[in-house]
Amino acid sequence: MAGLIARAARRQRVMRWIVVLVLGVFFLLPLVAMVMFTIREPNGHYTFSTWRLLANWKQLGQTYPDLWAGMKSSAGLAVFTVLIMLVMLVPTAVWVRLRLPKMRRFLEFVCLLPLTIPAIVLVVGLAPVYAWVTYFLGGSALTLTFAYTILVLPYAYRAIDAGLSAIDVRTLAEAARSLGAGWATVMWRVVLPNIRSAVLSASFLTVALVLGEFTIASLLNRENLQVAIDLLGKSSATMSVAVSFAALVLAFALLFLLSFAGRRRGRRGATTPDQLGAVSPSLIASEAIGERS
Amino acid sequence: MTALVSTTNSVAVRLDGLRRSFGDVHALDGLDLDIAPGELVALLGPSGCGKTTALRILAGLEDPDTGRVLVGGKDVTDRPANHRDMGMVFQAYSLFPHLTALENVEFGLMLRRQRAAQRRRRAGEMLELVGIGAHAGRYPHQLSGGQQQRVALARALAIQPQVLLLDEPLSALDAKVRVQLRDEIRRIQREVGTTTLFVTHDQEEALAMADRVGVMRSGRLEQLGSPEDIYGRPATAFVADFVGLSNRLPGRVSDSGVEVLGTVLPLIDSSAAPVGAAVTAMVRPESVNLEVDPQGVARVLAASFLGPTSRVTVALPDDTLVLAQVASSRLHELSPGTATRVVLQPTPVVVSTA
Amino acid sequence: MSVVGHQPDAKPAESGSAPAPAPAIRRFRWRRAGVLLGVAPFLAFVTIFLIIPTLVVVIGAFASDDGQPTMSNLRTLTNGYILDAFGRSIVLSAVTAVAGAILGALLAYALVTAKPNGLLRRAVTSACGVLAQFGGVTLAFAFIATIGLSGFVTVFLQDQLGINIYSGGVWLFDLPGLALVYTYFQIPLMVIVFLPALDGIRPQWREATSSLGGSTWQYWRRVAMPLLAPAFLGSTLLLFANAFSAYATAAALVSQGSPIIPLQIRSALTSEVVLGQQNVGKAMALGMVIVVAIVMGMYALLQRRTSRWLG
Repeated sequence: MAGLIARAARRQRVMRWIVVLVLGVFFLLPLVAMVMFTIREPNGHYTFSTWRLLANWKQLGQTYPDLWAGMKSSAGLAVFTVLIMLVMLVPTAVWVRLRLPKMRRFLEFVCLLPLTIPAIVLVVGLAPVYAWVTYFLGGSALTLTFAYTILVLPYAYRAIDAGLSAIDVRTLAEAARSLGAGWATVMWRVVLPNIRSAVLSASFLTVALVLGEFTIASLLNRENLQVAIDLLGKSSATMSVAVSFAALVLAFALLFLLSFAGRRRGRRGATTPDQLGAVSPSLIASEAIGERS
Repeated sequence: MTALVSTTNSVAVRLDGLRRSFGDVHALDGLDLDIAPGELVALLGPSGCGKTTALRILAGLEDPDTGRVLVGGKDVTDRPANHRDMGMVFQAYSLFPHLTALENVEFGLMLRRQRAAQRRRRAGEMLELVGIGAHAGRYPHQLSGGQQQRVALARALAIQPQVLLLDEPLSALDAKVRVQLRDEIRRIQREVGTTTLFVTHDQEEALAMADRVGVMRSGRLEQLGSPEDIYGRPATAFVADFVGLSNRLPGRVSDSGVEVLGTVLPLIDSSAAPVGAAVTAMVRPESVNLEVDPQGVARVLAASFLGPTSRVTVALPDDTLVLAQVASSRLHELSPGTATRVVLQPTPVVVSTA
Repeated sequence: MSVVGHQPDAKPAESGSAPAPAPAIRRFRWRRAGVLLGVAPFLAFVTIFLIIPTLVVVIGAFASDDGQPTMSNLRTLTNGYILDAFGRSIVLSAVTAVAGAILGALLAYALVTAKPNGLLRRAVTSACGVLAQFGGVTLAFAFIATIGLSGFVTVFLQDQLGINIYSGGVWLFDLPGLALVYTYFQIPLMVIVFLPALDGIRPQWREATSSLGGSTWQYWRRVAMPLLAPAFLGSTLLLFANAFSAYATAAALVSQGSPIIPLQIRSALTSEVVLGQQNVGKAMALGMVIVVAIVMGMYALLQRRTSRWLG
């Protein structure tokens, strides 16, 4: 038998793997180089001392206090930014959907604005604002969380907006209200549980962004992970590279796990869109620029 | 318009012993089907019965594991889809969104390198044939679902294909549009005379449109026959159940038929069960008469007004429910709680021992 | 039933109704104000940390050091070295946008032919999500470790194949190096941005073309490419804006001079030597915003076409 379709599918599979492998090599090389760099000694031997030190947190803090401070900063920033983003964005998005639908376009525009204003530009204008912030709240790196929340708006908003669309929040709210629920109940017990995966998505993207941010922290003279890595690069390049690599792997693990946490809106061949939930990172970021450099 | 109609293109189609499995699932388990030239055959069945797989194998979009496809007597099993000269209408997303209706219809002609003026003219005529000549310049997103499917039909027919394939073209449309469009499709198909395979899960559609209906289950044809045969003389309990409504009533086989609720009904297949066997008879609601009778043991439970006719549900003393079709004018005398007597008409029935 | 703030008390226009509306409208206004309060915190936050900084930049671009309105900042933009920097930024962005677009589209196409929920697609998409944001210091170090002067690929090529990639000069820390490094995050970004468009290509279109007699080439030429063109163009524009705005990578890689605009802004901000440069930095920032805004505007227009066809 001919099996024409099967043959075409096979050809496609071959093409697919060739492309992935060739580009994969291009992408893996620097990553491999990073690892090699952290384990290679000048005399040609290999050692894992850098990695062992990285795993030993107490000693790490003693040997590289700046790096440790930067790591703690970024960890704290990640947590705070996620919190502020959720507290600011989710109620607002839901509220606009339910009570102020005419404001929706405006909200979307506002949330996409950070994309049009590059970080390098934003930081120019943030300087005077942060002078006030420092005056009121001190000069800790954690105050960066406000700027980071702005940076993450486009991605977080897209994720949450998509989640709200998928569950038809208006109908849910109307049903709950007709059963006698107050607005607080609607938000807390009806809407939130149903957009769990969108919220998770937005949170993971926020963490990835915060871990990778350099521009604003650097130019506002505050210490975060990337700034610390940069600084460390001048004195201990191996540890610097090791930390960078670890951060990368962590972010990858987060996003990879996220891709399982909710149904993908796969539309290939289906005639009805998948109604439930999560939006994959690709879908969210589809209209966003990845400018965090 | 006569230039469009071409009955000389009509060919016979034969599907010979088609088998197709996806892993453990047997989508097609030995399908044999002959379609006469110019005939419209509907493949009817629940999802997963293999009807779409059969259509796609005929179109060349899937490979069979074994079996042959013959069109006009020639074996086309090894021919790729783009050399099979077939027109296809899909359930959804039929049209190319970046082209107008006219350009969509022209598409096949453009691939065959027809001259611009000529194909524009023919496309225009096809759009007139399907009834939307006025919307030729519109884009798919500006057309309703029904209009889009008309354009899809025009596009499929524009190339004067040997076979027309319709993959549940009406399933995604509103009810009213569906009914309207199915008569149109039938009319157009008769006018153009192309051999057609039509796949659907809606039995009303199949009965209304087809010359012959093939009821499929689990990759096999349960019965192939005219709509009247399929409905009036179902070969198996599955067919009787799937096509139209059936009451499943207990009965006992006698030498002249099967005795159900006091009446002896003739059997469609007298060898289905031995005399004396206890069987389930499939009785159609329109064969059930209800007589208002104060001594009757059947009590009216509910009545559904369906327009010209109505359906009344009665409960027998042993809690069996029987569905009867009555003229709506009788509804007032059959209110819930009324005592009635069930009288079965002697229409031949199918029985199963299951 | 509508939950929009509307006039629950106002009667529909009927003939001869008494002038009841006045108190109803007042009630309505209070209700509306109350609803707006719900978005007030968010708007306040955005105003402080986004709108005001933007205004600082825009207004500052037109202000002199002592606060007087002036066009002199904008005039310095026409200085040779700043125009050069703009020019280099644009060229760098354009080159990496096109390279990233083509290779990224290829990779995206490879992904879309795989199982939608399969491991390959998940892993590569997640990797792209990370690498698209992977910039700055990390990336610079990675590339230095790979093809820097003692990077392991450099050394490998030198020792094993006798090729010295730096025979013509060290290019890694100049524009060519930047271009190579930028491509590293442009390709993943393209995959992320372009994949949904590819997902929007329905299999029915391919099958319809086939049944109408079209070959693979005809399908691509007549159906797929016209449909994907706006998305491809839009994504390329996005990549352009991304490269144009990028700072951290260049900051980490380029230590000598400021060949591109973001680095010029850095020196304007951090410079203590050249006086009166603060507001020139703002003028440059304004210039950047205008370029990016134009590109994003074009992108938005193309997106509408894409979402209509492939959404």
